[in-house]
Amino acid sequence: MNANDFNPHTPLSSLAPGMRGTITDIHTDDSLRQRLQALGFRSGKDIEIIRKASFGGPVQVRIGTTDILLRQTEAALIEVRAA
Amino acid sequence: MKRIALLGMPNTGKSTLFNRLTGGAARVGNWPGITVELLTGKILLGGDMAEIIDLPGIYDIHGFSEDEQVVRHFLHDNVPDLAVVVLNATQIERQLSLLIQLKQLNLNMVVLLNMADEAKKFGITIDGDKMAELLGMPIHLISAKYGQGQPEAMQAITKALRYPTPGMAEALRTQLEQDAHIEHEMARVLSSAVQVPARLSDTRTDKLDSLMLHPWLGLPIFFGIMYLLFQGIFFFGQPLQGGVADLLGWLRETVLDPACAGLPSWMSELLLDGIYNGVSTVAAFVPIIILFFLFMAIVEDTGYLSRAAFLMDALMAKMGLDGRSFVMLLMGFGCNVPALMGTRVMRSRSLRMLSMLVIPFSLCSARLQVFVFITAALFSPKQAPLVLFSLYLFSFAAAIITALLFKRQFANTEPFVLELPPYRFPTGRQMLLRGWHEVTHFLRRASQFIIAGVVLVWLLTNLPASAAPASADTLAGMIGAWLHPLFAPIGINEQLTIALIFGFVAKEIVIGSLAVIYGMSGDALGGALGQQLDWVQAYSFMLFTLIYTPCLSTIATLRNESKNNGFTALALTWSLVLAWVVSFLFYQGARALGY
Repeated sequence: MNANDFNPHTPLSSLAPGMRGTITDIHTDDSLRQRLQALGFRSGKDIEIIRKASFGGPVQVRIGTTDILLRQTEAALIEVRAA
Repeated sequence: MKRIALLGMPNTGKSTLFNRLTGGAARVGNWPGITVELLTGKILLGGDMAEIIDLPGIYDIHGFSEDEQVVRHFLHDNVPDLAVVVLNATQIERQLSLLIQLKQLNLNMVVLLNMADEAKKFGITIDGDKMAELLGMPIHLISAKYGQGQPEAMQAITKALRYPTPGMAEALRTQLEQDAHIEHEMARVLSSAVQVPARLSDTRTDKLDSLMLHPWLGLPIFFGIMYLLFQGIFFFGQPLQGGVADLLGWLRETVLDPACAGLPSWMSELLLDGIYNGVSTVAAFVPIIILFFLFMAIVEDTGYLSRAAFLMDALMAKMGLDGRSFVMLLMGFGCNVPALMGTRVMRSRSLRMLSMLVIPFSLCSARLQVFVFITAALFSPKQAPLVLFSLYLFSFAAAIITALLFKRQFANTEPFVLELPPYRFPTGRQMLLRGWHEVTHFLRRASQFIIAGVVLVWLLTNLPASAAPASADTLAGMIGAWLHPLFAPIGINEQLTIALIFGFVAKEIVIGSLAVIYGMSGDALGGALGQQLDWVQAYSFMLFTLIYTPCLSTIATLRNESKNNGFTALALTWSLVLAWVVSFLFYQGARALGY
């Protein structure tokens, strides 16, 4: 375990595939936040990184039973506490 | 007539249910308050006819995507007698939010939990009765794909339709925005009626994805699948097309020729050499088109398209596009029109415009017909599928070049967020409906454009009456000669020029026109083309056909979706210029190399 694991302000994009965390904050604009919420992104929800695409492509994450693709730039705006 | 609206999130099987209920006999209709057309169908419920409307899938009734606004305005201006809300049972924990939002609109509602069979496989148990009690509305578990639970659901819908709709108060909407209330109610229902295992077992989807979305293997697998698909279409479709062409030729010789023998000669020529030859040459391609859409339906219904978006997003980002633009390009291989409409999910106008600028370069199924015909006539059976595949590569290349050139004009920062559905098996029923849909689509196009097109071509190649048909003295010959300086440098002769002019209306007309211009159909026409053209001319012609102005329906859709004449003109002009430049470089290059 490293110090990062206890940092509540880790961006989702910095987690490696296979890692899990809990969403602590969403720093996007309102319209994207609304969409993310509809897809299940809410503070307190557990999230798992499934994989990252090559060439800096999107990340695949899982919240509950839903798998979602999002770009690294969007993932960087979501704060998690790594588990 | 009572009106039923189908509501739900994307990927809930809403459209599958709609097709099942209406038997695929849907038509598009216009509605007050909204500018887009919606699918509607009529169904018999308890002795009365009711109208059912398939609304676009939405995540959030307060969202601001075009689809979400469409649904909001529809509900506002056309309060339905009943709202049937379809939820994906496998994602019940997050889909419930939409249901509770809708519940607050105070509509007459029936809830269908679809994919109940799949949810069971995930180990999700849903107590439908308990949930119905907590929410105070009828809830039924169904499988839209296999039809389980449908009779009970239909009974509930019939029953609910008897009650008058309570209507909707405007003030309710502000209340809806209180997320806290929604979350609280969701938690209440979920905790007592739904059990989801803490961690999902390793499903087949996960195993398959670790291969299909592999960091290095994913893209090669994708292109491999595409290549096999196009090989398959050619391999199975080409003999079918030949068979149908022979059958239609035989029909003409044994039935139509004798039947028209009594008619004045100009009339029988118009009917047989004009309309029949033209339309039957195009009609012979219907089997290939059905086959093509069956393959497309398999790729689409399995959920592989979202995977393609994942694999290609990084590359598309370099062109100012995103993974969804790529999926739309693939959809465009079927028909450009729905692909253009599909860009509605994009919120950024710049991204949408740039996507709409590149989609018309997708080698659609109408263009495929032209290419199958010409490659079969000019290339050996071994080369033909490769030639066809190379045209798909050119199609991508034209889209890439266009995006790279115009991305600065249409710069955007649209976020890319997309749901990844699990893999699913397409059912035979869906495939059949899809095939049938394509047949009817063809018949509509045939009756609207193709017949009119081939009649016009026939007139041009036969008037004035003093000229020998299809000679240089006819109207067509004159137009061809007039345009010759423009088309000669790209190796396209006068007859082919006429075909291209009419291909502007619908690309299918290109082969229909050739049949009329040469006065032959099927193998004979192929033989004549093979005699007259060498492969360099033929390939240059195909490149031009691929890239030049999309068909009339596509242009109309571009105009409707962009609401901008300048943009439509840009798309048109650019495709003409690019087509000419690409054909010119190819033709002159090949000639310079000694081919």
